[in-house]
Amino acid sequence: MTLFGFLRRPKTASSAETAKERLQILLAHERQDRFGPEYLPLLQKDILAAVKKYVQVANDKVQIKLQRGAEVSTLEIDIELAAPPPVGLAPLPRHRSLLPRAT
Amino acid sequence: MAKIIVITSGKGGVGKTTTTAALGAGLAMRGKKTVVIDFDVGLRNLDMIMGCERRVVFDFINVIQGDARLSQALIKNRRLENLSILPTSQTRDKDALTHQGVEKVLDELRNDFDYVICDSPAGIERGAHLAMYYADEAVVVTNPEVSSVRDSDRVLGLLSSKTRRAEKGEEAVKAHLLLTRYDPARVAKGDMMKVEDVLEILSIPLLGIIPESPTVLKASNLGSPVVFDEQSNAGRAYADAVSRLMGEQIEMRALGPERRGLFQRLRWRTA
Repeated sequence: MTLFGFLRRPKTASSAETAKERLQILLAHERQDRFGPEYLPLLQKDILAAVKKYVQVANDKVQIKLQRGAEVSTLEIDIELAAPPPVGLAPLPRHRSLLPRAT
Repeated sequence: MAKIIVITSGKGGVGKTTTTAALGAGLAMRGKKTVVIDFDVGLRNLDMIMGCERRVVFDFINVIQGDARLSQALIKNRRLENLSILPTSQTRDKDALTHQGVEKVLDELRNDFDYVICDSPAGIERGAHLAMYYADEAVVVTNPEVSSVRDSDRVLGLLSSKTRRAEKGEEAVKAHLLLTRYDPARVAKGDMMKVEDVLEILSIPLLGIIPESPTVLKASNLGSPVVFDEQSNAGRAYADAVSRLMGEQIEMRALGPERRGLFQRLRWRTA
């Protein structure tokens, strides 16, 4: 603490620091997207084909997300099933997700 | 066998062509047989920066299409015997560049030179892709500014996936960072990212720091690679980068803007 330190305005982040932080956040996301495009669409297609053998699902109802973390990465597969048939028939089980959702 | 080095950045206007000319001339000054190639089909400019725009007869595309021999298209630098330039076409479409054609020309140059420097166009399309595809090493030219750093990161991703070395599973293309238009005074004020910040984000080895300098524009006005101006800070910074490219260990110095000597300052005041 300098003698006249209290006279100075509180230190705010410089624009260069802001630039660095913005880049670090943005690039973390962009690098995530860089991995995956190679095999994710294929994986999505295969999973859809496998699921279709047992239940009816629309092509656009399967979502795959890859989340890369520092320690672990999670592959999230989200399959949306159609509403169960009307009462009277045995209801189909309704799965929201094959893997627990990463939160 | 030559080393093929691509000068790339993604973003335009950061100093790729200036760097190509400076590193090419610098390597030639150090006795290396060097050729610089312009990959920016339709927007030819390396010839102007090298000061040989009036001597272009045949170009890269003519050679690819078999209309001229490589030796007819290569232009020797007037000042340095061992520096040549292969200009590109100003009128043709970028689709004139083909994998096969580029590979054939590079293979031929590989045998005759020590260094083949490919000046990439901005962007990540055909010209840029082919400029980096056959490279052994890459110099990623970056300004300490958000859009340039972001684009450099994107280009680094392409270097590690969309090059011949990556596709063949060979040793990765060795990428170096060249930070250009660096202004230590603005860094000190907190208005510009520090070298360390950019290095931390991109995490590739640093080849050099080129200060923002009026000498660069002067050199392009004259058509004389900036490294020929050995008194200027930018020229010296490029000379250092050349040494590092050749594998020498040289201390990194962030040279500030030009400083006038005491005598010059006095003269300037009285003038």
